[in-house]
Amino acid sequence: MSPEQAQTIFEDTRQRFAGAADDTRLLQYLVDIQHRYHFIPPPAIEALQQILHLTRAQIESVIDFYSFLHSDQAIRYRILFSNNITDRWAGSAAMMQRLTVALHGCEDAGIALTACSGLCDQGPSMLINGRAIGRLTPSRIDDIAALILSGVELEDWPESLFMIDNVIQRSDRQLALSCQPAAALRRAIELGPDLILQTLNESGLRGRGGAGFATATKWSLCRQASADQRFIVCNADEGEPGTFKDRLLLAQYADSVIEGMTIAALTVSARRGFIYLRGEYRFLLEPLQADLQRRREQGLLGSAILGQAGFDFDIEIHLGAGAYICGEESALIESLEGKRGIPRIRPPFPVTHGYLGQPTIVNNVETLFSVERILQKGAKWFSEIGTEQSRSSRLISISGDCEEPGVYEYPFGVSLRQIVQDCGGSDAQAVQMAGAAGTTVLARDFDRCLSFEDLATGGSFMVIGKQRSLLDMLQNFAWFFRHESCGFCTPCRIGNHLLPELLQRFAEAQATGHDLRQLKDIAETMHRSSFCGLGSSAPTALSDALEQSPEIFTAGMASSSDNPAFDLSAATREYRTITETESW
Amino acid sequence: MASFSIDQQPIEFEPGQTILQAAMAAGVYIPHLCFHPQFSAHGSCRVCMVRIDGRTASACTAPAAAGLEVENLSDDLQALRRDILQMLFVEGNHLCPSCEQSGACHLQSVAEFCELLMADLPFQYPRRMVDASHPDWVLDFTRCIHCELCVKASREVDGKSVFSLTGRGFDTRLVINAPDGLLVNSEFASTDRAASVCPVGVFLPKHQGFKTPIGQRKYDRHSIEQITEE
Ligand SMILES: Cc1cc2nc3c(=O)[nH]c(=O)nc-3n(C[C@H](O)[C@H](O)[C@H](O)COP(=O)(O)O)c2cc1C
Ligand code: SF4
Ligand code: SF4
Repeated sequence: MSPEQAQTIFEDTRQRFAGAADDTRLLQYLVDIQHRYHFIPPPAIEALQQILHLTRAQIESVIDFYSFLHSDQAIRYRILFSNNITDRWAGSAAMMQRLTVALHGCEDAGIALTACSGLCDQGPSMLINGRAIGRLTPSRIDDIAALILSGVELEDWPESLFMIDNVIQRSDRQLALSCQPAAALRRAIELGPDLILQTLNESGLRGRGGAGFATATKWSLCRQASADQRFIVCNADEGEPGTFKDRLLLAQYADSVIEGMTIAALTVSARRGFIYLRGEYRFLLEPLQADLQRRREQGLLGSAILGQAGFDFDIEIHLGAGAYICGEESALIESLEGKRGIPRIRPPFPVTHGYLGQPTIVNNVETLFSVERILQKGAKWFSEIGTEQSRSSRLISISGDCEEPGVYEYPFGVSLRQIVQDCGGSDAQAVQMAGAAGTTVLARDFDRCLSFEDLATGGSFMVIGKQRSLLDMLQNFAWFFRHESCGFCTPCRIGNHLLPELLQRFAEAQATGHDLRQLKDIAETMHRSSFCGLGSSAPTALSDALEQSPEIFTAGMASSSDNPAFDLSAATREYRTITETESW
Repeated sequence: MASFSIDQQPIEFEPGQTILQAAMAAGVYIPHLCFHPQFSAHGSCRVCMVRIDGRTASACTAPAAAGLEVENLSDDLQALRRDILQMLFVEGNHLCPSCEQSGACHLQSVAEFCELLMADLPFQYPRRMVDASHPDWVLDFTRCIHCELCVKASREVDGKSVFSLTGRGFDTRLVINAPDGLLVNSEFASTDRAASVCPVGVFLPKHQGFKTPIGQRKYDRHSIEQITEE
């Protein structure tokens, strides 16, 4: 980079961000800079240091944390293949291989793997400079390679490449109800905060983001906490591998989701809200911004909403940048404040000490969508179906070995057998619930049901066909967690680092009883002592397999002895190659 | 004063204290590494895991509350601590016999207290550049346990921000805030609290190898549970 270029980047960065410089926006500035220059150039870092009064190390540590930010060098086309297990089953490795061969020697392109990109119903998929491309086939790969080799700007690529389908395979009462902007909000204004909370309480709505916390309770706690201001956050990080139902809601039911946030704001007197949108869904940014703008113009956001003096609320969208941990609510808040996404110590919880230390409601996209449905149609309408502890219906994202992948809405209590049958997964040996961190349900247990009492999910439902290797799936999950551990705490940082190598020994049929014991010990240590849910749930599928499918491990063992395996020939291979020694 | 119990022994506490703080004030030892009484709790090392009314949690982050029954030195928890400590040993290059910090190192002495005799997991032998740029200090980053005590000490006590953690996952590492990343070109001064707070052997003073002979060092003379942190 010439001194003139550096000077231009420095000035340009200063000019664009100096106006209302705000260090909570650091991550947003970096996302923007990455997009503009295909990396974060050193002069841009210097400019940010100056405007935000941060040290270089502070800024670089944020860049280093997020996998979509790079400070090494500009690469014009950064390609990331989604490495979710469903993408692999759909043949992503062959696609990646094909593109790698086609682009051999091309210095403009870099190819790597990323965690699930949320297109599991239309995999294999990839991201190129953050833009998603699904349904990869050899011919589409060849088109992409040709565009890159002839240097066509991404903006000028054919739109057909970037088409994303949002397929609803089954709707029940919630998806069937159309969006009627302002209907629920008007009702909420009529009711006022106390009765809104009562309605939500009667509806039995529990959070759809995973933990199933009662929404009315969360909102009451936030409302009761003393504070200068309160915040509403829509968790649209949707990182659980195999989940894509929030993507569909944000694409087709954005009005409902935004209205759910507005109702939350009314209930707890919040004036600012955020949608934390995962970087993989950047393609939803402009449409969502247009939705927000339209609602401002309709008087449904901004000041004096629907003419109510003092009801002021607006929403900003923050983009994530490739970090699964940022779906965890306290890490999400750190990220919203422009920092590395490291979970916070809890208690205190975000409902009392969240964004900028103020009471903050963090809700999943679907939870907020359901709030709008409930206010539109009433608590009774909502809670009529479902089970005792899990009222109503929920959305699940079905992918993997089935004929009809897509989003399904089911009443709670439905059996796995029914779901698997409906989606055409007749050859299923098992279902992976709740993503890589969830439980593996074998076909013999398909009478179990979808509910908080029995099998909960954050929305992911991956069908595992008979032809698949469970060990291969565990290795894929181990790759995912090694990639996504934030690194803060000992058991998750190190445990997740050690597991892939150990599993590899089983895959190579080199393992011993010693390795098996280590697998169990590491899984248990992670489960019991990790700082947050990522580390404690990471070994779930592994523990399930150790218990339910021990044969996949015994098949990979060279001996059951408690000594570590030592393969003399493998260990000395490099030495023998160098010294040209045949054998010992 | 309200109280709770640790291994059946009653512990009094003040509102706002965590279980670890109350225990330390009462002179009851709960093994820990990343906590230092001078700084806010961190919660990362997980060595202070205790069982509170049946639920496993870290003592440094769990608020004390009247009537809690806390289990601390049971066989089960000591075994869990050994598993956690082992992970720290294999993550870095902890070759205690040749380490200047041996005998004054928290990791080593906590391991001794928890009766961890050897690490059974695969050693990772990380390769990280040693920073020997400073006239008085050498930094060996391969021993860092990412407790952020030096980060906090530099910011809160020394009024500088010399250190930060960067990276993610297993790639998490300590970096120095200087244009070229070298200690000598940072605002660091030899008397900084950041240098003396490290619980392991990252910060090594130059010109004085083995000044106190091994065998006569802090934790050679007393077990870690008998010493209050400086
Ligand atoms: C590692 C991890 C990742 C998570 N990812 C998400 C996510 O992508 N989306 C989400 O809504 N919740 C996620 N959660 C759960 C959130 O922490 C939080 O419980 C949820 O957003 C609360 O919303 P709800 O009450 O509406 O369910 C995650 C939790 C953990 C531990
Ligand atoms: S368990 Fe620990 S290392 Fe893993 S993501 Fe949570 S805080 Fe980070
Ligand atoms: S250098 Fe020492 S004090 Fe600093 S983070 Fe690492 S272990 Fe902690």
